[in-house]
Amino acid sequence: MIASLLKREKYQHYIDSLKFALYCITHPFDGFWDLTHEKRGTYAAANTILILTLLVRVMKLRYTSFIFLNVYWEELNIFLYLASVVFPLALWVVGNWGLTTLFDGKGRLGQVYMATCYAITPYPLIQFPLMIFSNFVTVDEAEFYAVLSYISLLWAALLIVAAMSQIHEYTMRKTLLFIVFSLFAMLVIIFILMLFFSMITQGIAYFISLGREILFRL
Amino acid sequence: MKMRIKKMGLLMLCVMLFAGFSMTAYATDRSYTYNYDWWGDVQDSPDVYTVCNVYTSADFGLDVSLKSPEGMFVKGNMVYICDTGNNRIVELERVSTEEFEVRRIYDSFNGDIENTTFSSPSDIAVSEEGDIYIADKGNSRILKLDKDLNYLMQFDKPVDSSLDPETNFTPNKIVVDTAGRVYCIATGINKGLIKYENDGVFSGFVGATKVKYDWMDYIWKKFATQEQRAQMESFVPTEYDNIYMDYEGFVYAVTSSVTRDSLRNEEAQAIRKLNLMGNDILVRNGEFDVYGDLYMGNGGGYEGPSYFQDVTTMDNDVYVCLDRNRSRLFGYNDQGKLVFACGGNGNMDGYFRRPSAVEHMGYDLLVLDSQDCSLTLFLPTEFGSLVYQAMDQFEQGDYDASGETWQKVMDLNGNYDLAYIGIGRSLLRQERYREAMDYFELKYDDENYSKAYKQYRKEWVEEHIVIIIIVVLAAFLIPLSIGRVKAIKHEMEIADIFKYRS
Repeated sequence: MIASLLKREKYQHYIDSLKFALYCITHPFDGFWDLTHEKRGTYAAANTILILTLLVRVMKLRYTSFIFLNVYWEELNIFLYLASVVFPLALWVVGNWGLTTLFDGKGRLGQVYMATCYAITPYPLIQFPLMIFSNFVTVDEAEFYAVLSYISLLWAALLIVAAMSQIHEYTMRKTLLFIVFSLFAMLVIIFILMLFFSMITQGIAYFISLGREILFRL
Repeated sequence: MKMRIKKMGLLMLCVMLFAGFSMTAYATDRSYTYNYDWWGDVQDSPDVYTVCNVYTSADFGLDVSLKSPEGMFVKGNMVYICDTGNNRIVELERVSTEEFEVRRIYDSFNGDIENTTFSSPSDIAVSEEGDIYIADKGNSRILKLDKDLNYLMQFDKPVDSSLDPETNFTPNKIVVDTAGRVYCIATGINKGLIKYENDGVFSGFVGATKVKYDWMDYIWKKFATQEQRAQMESFVPTEYDNIYMDYEGFVYAVTSSVTRDSLRNEEAQAIRKLNLMGNDILVRNGEFDVYGDLYMGNGGGYEGPSYFQDVTTMDNDVYVCLDRNRSRLFGYNDQGKLVFACGGNGNMDGYFRRPSAVEHMGYDLLVLDSQDCSLTLFLPTEFGSLVYQAMDQFEQGDYDASGETWQKVMDLNGNYDLAYIGIGRSLLRQERYREAMDYFELKYDDENYSKAYKQYRKEWVEEHIVIIIIVVLAAFLIPLSIGRVKAIKHEMEIADIFKYRS
């Protein structure tokens, strides 16, 4: 009885935190402050938003009208396609946290992730109806689609700025500065990863050839 | 604009996929004829043209065989070949589908002028009245002879302040319009086509290509030394390589001074259709610009874009360009969409070594090879004839028949985009919008799809107008009435009379 009640309470909290995303995108400064400081956001809701975003992106490939988006299915790798969202997101979260934690940023790694996920809410929120809408327009009305599509991205970008300033308790100038630095940090991480992987390949190749040589001599 | 949106969408998708779509989509074993689909992938196709015969000098019964012939002209059943290397003109008559007979061979003409022989004649044109115009390249003149080879007049080097009087005048290619005006391409003159009035007076240059002015290059030039500047590309218009006048009097001009980048960036045009003012009016509605092969990589030792050597326009506005790089023929329709591409370098029938001229006789094609000294006759196949028939029927307004013919074309080649769009367009004209939309969507023709969809949407709204009004009214009235009921309830609850009772 108590367990089920707890479960219900937890469920209610999840729904509330998901609904809170709608508050965040309309009242960004207030919303993102409360998100971490008042504990109104949950990881479950953040994950849900991310999954919805990925889902909308995949659905867009199939259900957007061919006037706007043509997919060369022969060369589409759905996992690479999804990675094109998840990988930059992970880089961003790590890069941003890594830098801000050194410069008085109050946000923790998980909070950066949660805030970023909340900030991309406009993407699924606008792109999904837009995807359906795209099937009811002609090329003459294509401008509407383009404009709305840009709005969804711009909105999300502005929300990320607001979110970062609130969870790290930064001034706007410092926020913008650290967003630029975070982008550089992402590049550095990519560089190190590539270096790492090429070293590993070289190393493995070395031992494989060594083994072959030994087998050959035996 | 919409092209740009689509391109941007594509670009975004490419970036998203991390890898652009492959540029190495060559099939290892490609058919003789091919086409490009919406993506630019090569699609094998049944032959549109098939070689009927390849004629050599021996087949014509010539005592002296042809030597690097460069120019050709077709009028009715007559074929005029400029036997450039032998300084003579050969006239052939096509007596049956497969047979040519020599009518006349001449290397001189009658007249009271000093030099009555030809020197490297490189092009020939024959007017409606039968007057013969010859670009007598080696003698720096364009000759006008009557049909019995009597000298009438000649067109000399234009007198123009912009031309250096020292340089030699070498008229290379000519066309003549119905009024007897002569348009000429001369080597080394890049101001456009030289236009002479019918009395021989030079009346100006037409159709010079617009000079592309790159401000980055301009800045570089400011800092460059004299020698560096000389090495840089100068901002001059490009020279044309060949011209053709179609049945309506428009001049098709081709140029081979193009590069891979200039074509891809749409900075250069390999072919232009010039009106009387010299403006380019070629329709470029295809997914790709009109420049022949899309893939310009090194294949079989041939590199770079297609270099158009000659062009001919048939009466259904399909124009065939001859590429001298890979020796291919490219047929485009009036919308600038590729109808067929075929040919190649080689010694087999239907392949060329150095093609120099292409002409048409009805829907048959004639290609002159200046190294092989041969004339290749192409006839349309069943597939090709059906394609042309469907185009003609559409042009004549016989949309039902056109749709049926396109259906037959599709039965022969399921990868032929023009067939799908052709069926769609005929359905569109028959006001069967829903079906037309399907055909357009299959081949990504957004323009026509939108036309069909707009009509379909209009019809749908008109049919369902009652339901739409009911739904809209309901959407407004139901929340409104719910609010009203709630308000009344609330008022009843707080009303004084009820309070007293309780």
